[in-house]
Amino acid sequence: MALRLHRVDYRPVIQLEQVTKTYPKASRPSLDNVSVSIEKGEFVFFIGPSGSGKSTIIKMLLHEVSPNKGRVVVNGKDVTSMRSWKRPHFRRSIGCVFQDFRLLPNRTAYENVAFALEVIGKTKAVARRVVPEVLELVGLGGKEHRYPHELSGGEQQRVAVARAFVNRPLILLADEPTGNLDPDTSIEIMRLLDRINRTGTTVVMVTHDSNIVNQMRRRVVEIESGRIVRDQARGVYG
Amino acid sequence: MRVKYVLSEVLVGLWRNVTMTIAMIITLAVSLFMLGGSGLLFQKVGDMKDLYYENIEVSIFLKTDVNPQQQADLDAKLKSDPLVKEVTYVNKDEAYKRFQEMYQDAPDLVNAVKPDQLPESFRLKLVNPEQYKNIYDQYKDTEGVDEIVDQSKLLDKVFGVLTGIQNFALAIAIVMAIAALLLVANTIQVAAYSKRREVAVMKLVGASNWFIQAPFVLEAVVAGLIGSLLGLVALAALKVFAGGGSMQALEGLITPVSWGDIFLMFPLMAGVGGLVSAITAWVTLRFYLRV
Repeated sequence: MALRLHRVDYRPVIQLEQVTKTYPKASRPSLDNVSVSIEKGEFVFFIGPSGSGKSTIIKMLLHEVSPNKGRVVVNGKDVTSMRSWKRPHFRRSIGCVFQDFRLLPNRTAYENVAFALEVIGKTKAVARRVVPEVLELVGLGGKEHRYPHELSGGEQQRVAVARAFVNRPLILLADEPTGNLDPDTSIEIMRLLDRINRTGTTVVMVTHDSNIVNQMRRRVVEIESGRIVRDQARGVYG
Repeated sequence: MRVKYVLSEVLVGLWRNVTMTIAMIITLAVSLFMLGGSGLLFQKVGDMKDLYYENIEVSIFLKTDVNPQQQADLDAKLKSDPLVKEVTYVNKDEAYKRFQEMYQDAPDLVNAVKPDQLPESFRLKLVNPEQYKNIYDQYKDTEGVDEIVDQSKLLDKVFGVLTGIQNFALAIAIVMAIAALLLVANTIQVAAYSKRREVAVMKLVGASNWFIQAPFVLEAVVAGLIGSLLGLVALAALKVFAGGGSMQALEGLITPVSWGDIFLMFPLMAGVGGLVSAITAWVTLRFYLRV
């Protein structure tokens, strides 16, 4: 048993095997024979120009789109062959942050995070225990009862990160999380993601913010026209 | 928490779009009222068929110049016929008595007719009322027989009218049901649109499909149930108001509609209303939310 657990720990949490995806009506594939393997606890940047296929990877990891060819394995589950009714449960092991925050405007910071817990069946008591903790972690202690419009962009993104992380997912996906933020705020958000990464959570971030990539010095996978042109540990934007 | 959440979402959802909700409920109510009405008619026609076919008679009217020998022969033949259950002979006096009863509202007519003018007849009860044709073929050319009348022929006309009304009600129920379905689908779309942010977050964090769909589906079901309740009230109103007036004339013909009959329609109406609304909402969500 111990042996098995040991082995599971070192199995890649994300694996793309020769994945090709062509959207209907598109002239060329968004992803063309892409293979990538990401291990547990890694922090990986996907970089590349707009339309290079970065976001398609995020959508694939969320089981939002399926590849035409190849295999996508997340947390040991083959997403390619996953039935759609299994998707909700699968999503619970993945946190997600977007450029546009996607907060509910009529709910406070606390309620936004608690909502994510309650809709997957956690009780209010659990939320009362866990939500303040995670809001404290993202540096929003004392602002629990502010509404999104009463928070700065950086603070809103912190709420979004708290919501993505409150369920302690194995993977955190971030799709241009700093795209709407100024450089200083972006750095703060990156520090936060870094802290989350240190708890053992695998972080996959799509970005074209060269500053950030250069400062973080983490693994960089560069995509161009649907192909991986660079995969470098401790890389820079290039 | 989840039950409370779902229920409060249902109420909020119905209230948010209250004009549409009312339109939906009214349409559902009319449709279900028509459905209940045609269900009642169906039931009544069934009851009446049982009742009338039990008492139905085939009458063999004799010619006025029939001689006693012919009459006796016919009587013997009928009594030994395996298709015939019971034979009653009606002489002129009895025929006149029946005639008086039947036309008691028209004394002029009764006064104008003398017992002598009415034909004698044999009244037959058949083992199986549907075998009328055999009887007709067998006896129509017998000496002394003037005419053979099957009451069930007359009844079939009455039942034909009632079945026609029933089909008409059912047709209106179906047309209204289509309108109701479209309204339900539209209401659900509007509701889903106004909650698109919540739904997006729920999908993102992995809320189960039923949890996302339940408030919408229940919203439609509640509307369906309210609609069926209103339809029931309309049926009851019909009994109270029409029962005293125009329907009175039919009292002798149609077996009376009891309160029990009306309440018996409620499970049908509520079941159809709830189920059809739920399925419509669910299908709409499948297309609209892709959950």
